[in-house]
Amino acid sequence: MSPTSLSGWGRTNASVVTLRTPGNEEDVVAEFATGERLIARGLGRSYGDAAQLSGGVVLDNRALDAISPISDTGVVTLGAGVSFDELLTVSIPQGWFVPVTPGTRQVTMGGAIAADVHGKNHHVDGSLGAHVLSMRLVTPTGASTLSPKDDAELFWATMGAMGLTGVVTSVTLQMLAIETSQMLVDTDRFGDLDSVMSAMSSGDDDYRYSVAWVDCMTRGAHMGRAILTRGNHASAADVKKAALSGPRKPRLTIPFQAPSGLLNRYSVRAFNELWFRTAPRHELDEAQSLSSFFYPLDGVAGWNLLYGKRGFVQYQFCVPDAMGDTVVDVIRRLSESRVASFLAVLKRFGPGNPSPLSFPLSGWTLALDLPVGADALPGVLDDLDEMVVAATGRVYFAKDARLQADQVRAMYPRLDEFRAVKSRVDPDDQLTSDLARRLDLVGK
Amino acid sequence: MENAFGQPQNVVIFGGSSDIARAITKKLCAARAHTVILAGRNQELLNAAALEAQEYGATKTDTVIFDATDPSNAERTVSQAFKKVGDQVDLVIIAVGQLGVQAEDQVSAARSAEMITVNVTWPVAALAEIRNRLLAQGSGRILVMSSAAAIRVRESSYVYSGAKAGLDRLCGGIAQSLEGTGVKLQLLRPAVVRTKMTVGVDEPPFTTGANEVAENVMRGLASNSDVIWSPPLLRYVFFVLRHLPAPLWRKVTNR
Repeated sequence: MSPTSLSGWGRTNASVVTLRTPGNEEDVVAEFATGERLIARGLGRSYGDAAQLSGGVVLDNRALDAISPISDTGVVTLGAGVSFDELLTVSIPQGWFVPVTPGTRQVTMGGAIAADVHGKNHHVDGSLGAHVLSMRLVTPTGASTLSPKDDAELFWATMGAMGLTGVVTSVTLQMLAIETSQMLVDTDRFGDLDSVMSAMSSGDDDYRYSVAWVDCMTRGAHMGRAILTRGNHASAADVKKAALSGPRKPRLTIPFQAPSGLLNRYSVRAFNELWFRTAPRHELDEAQSLSSFFYPLDGVAGWNLLYGKRGFVQYQFCVPDAMGDTVVDVIRRLSESRVASFLAVLKRFGPGNPSPLSFPLSGWTLALDLPVGADALPGVLDDLDEMVVAATGRVYFAKDARLQADQVRAMYPRLDEFRAVKSRVDPDDQLTSDLARRLDLVGK
Repeated sequence: MENAFGQPQNVVIFGGSSDIARAITKKLCAARAHTVILAGRNQELLNAAALEAQEYGATKTDTVIFDATDPSNAERTVSQAFKKVGDQVDLVIIAVGQLGVQAEDQVSAARSAEMITVNVTWPVAALAEIRNRLLAQGSGRILVMSSAAAIRVRESSYVYSGAKAGLDRLCGGIAQSLEGTGVKLQLLRPAVVRTKMTVGVDEPPFTTGANEVAENVMRGLASNSDVIWSPPLLRYVFFVLRHLPAPLWRKVTNR
């Protein structure tokens, strides 16, 4: 196919690649036989340059779209190109929800493994890796079925490895039984960061799902004011009309790229203010649809276009429980620097998994959307990296478009362990990506 | 690879010992640049610039010697520099140029020709090869030092500003040819910059230091604007100046 320009969801640093679309596992095996460097790509929802390879081959996995019948125990086998949206459309009416979901349904199973995605239930259920029963992985040295029992080393090295160990072709998942497609949600508003963090520390365990939206632009006494939403799946007895309805299509589509600077510190501050003011101070057991609880942004297709041609970066880091003060320091640094940042997402993580490159570790995670353009932004984010490293935390590869290779070694101390597994199945580093090259994750 | 803010890791700079190039190099190294290849005509000056790059964070530096009065070496010089990087090249800066002395250049066939060779012919020859190589990579960025003087040629420096005008317009065409290829060409149009090249030149309005130019370059890399003006206000000043009627233009420029 002809050269194609690709970028991540943040629409920064684009690359021109050769895009190919394998239709089955044999096609993927054949791609490796060419010897060309390659990386897999799904729906392009990683924010930076993880699913692109300038001058190389990118395998668009979306044609691997088979969905098996869901077994009585909730086990389903999915092609790597199946999105959460496609799966939920089929599974919710049968009473099954995904065990872990990121904040958008527009992520493929292959991409979800590459990022070892987490959701609002990480403090209870862990990341996706805990729910993958097995997967098919094609590497330069062949195709195999991996599970925590069969080649556990490669299975875990693949979780969270941004596609650098091989191309996932199918996944077998353990789904979660639900009685209704509704959630029972408690919402609370907090005037500052300390109060929301202590409420989360003490109360999150009563809920399967918990997340706080934090305003990172207000300074002074109300720095880090937040809206905490926590909930559980509603049982049939909890709601009047126990329906099982699948996700809705987006109600709004951004038709074209907005002018650069539309989202600046004034408009973002106004939005944050509105968001905060319109949330209830305290509300219990509000019935919400799965879509509005888990995927509020999926209601607006192409929302990344609002950031204009310069695009935006997302910064997501986590720090251990004992280093919760770092979250406070980061938000203070951001609010003082006055770079525009949309409502940030704060959440507690449970323990990590055995994967050497998986992001979550027991503690706190904060994610921020930041429009490119403010002169101070690159330097501010470098400062945040230092704070995160000092707190023995790390930054999430799936969101990254600007980390420094040196910091990555400190953030992911098991990087060499990962490299050793990779070199077993991919000795010539045929699998690489712009992200891998930028961060020295693999050989050049 | 470059990051979301257009900050490169691997950089090649032609005319790498000029004051502006050095100021830019320092800022690039303080950000993400770790490999810096400096090409120029004076080994000593290049070595000093390389040392400076290391002080600011570069882990690998090297130099290439070339003579910009001879365009026949352009292709070879480019390939040497790329080879020394040994990886993808994220950013190529063309800071090759010669200010000349108008009074002497305008009366000498040889000097007039040399001004065009150094300011236009060599850079354009090099750009052909750079373009090929970056296209093959599927990503990369080119920054070409033009000049605010390129926008409207003035009597008092027509050889220099005319040469820059030629380079500027040619690069505009190259930039268009690169759309959708993953490669980008950006023009840098500074006002007069206080450097060793401009010692003794009267300071017109908007004169800046090299450091300020470098800051504007860093901003321009992040914003992807086709033209980086320094100071940025010049974009609007020249929008007016370029449309002044000729008699008025001469009055303004021949103070």
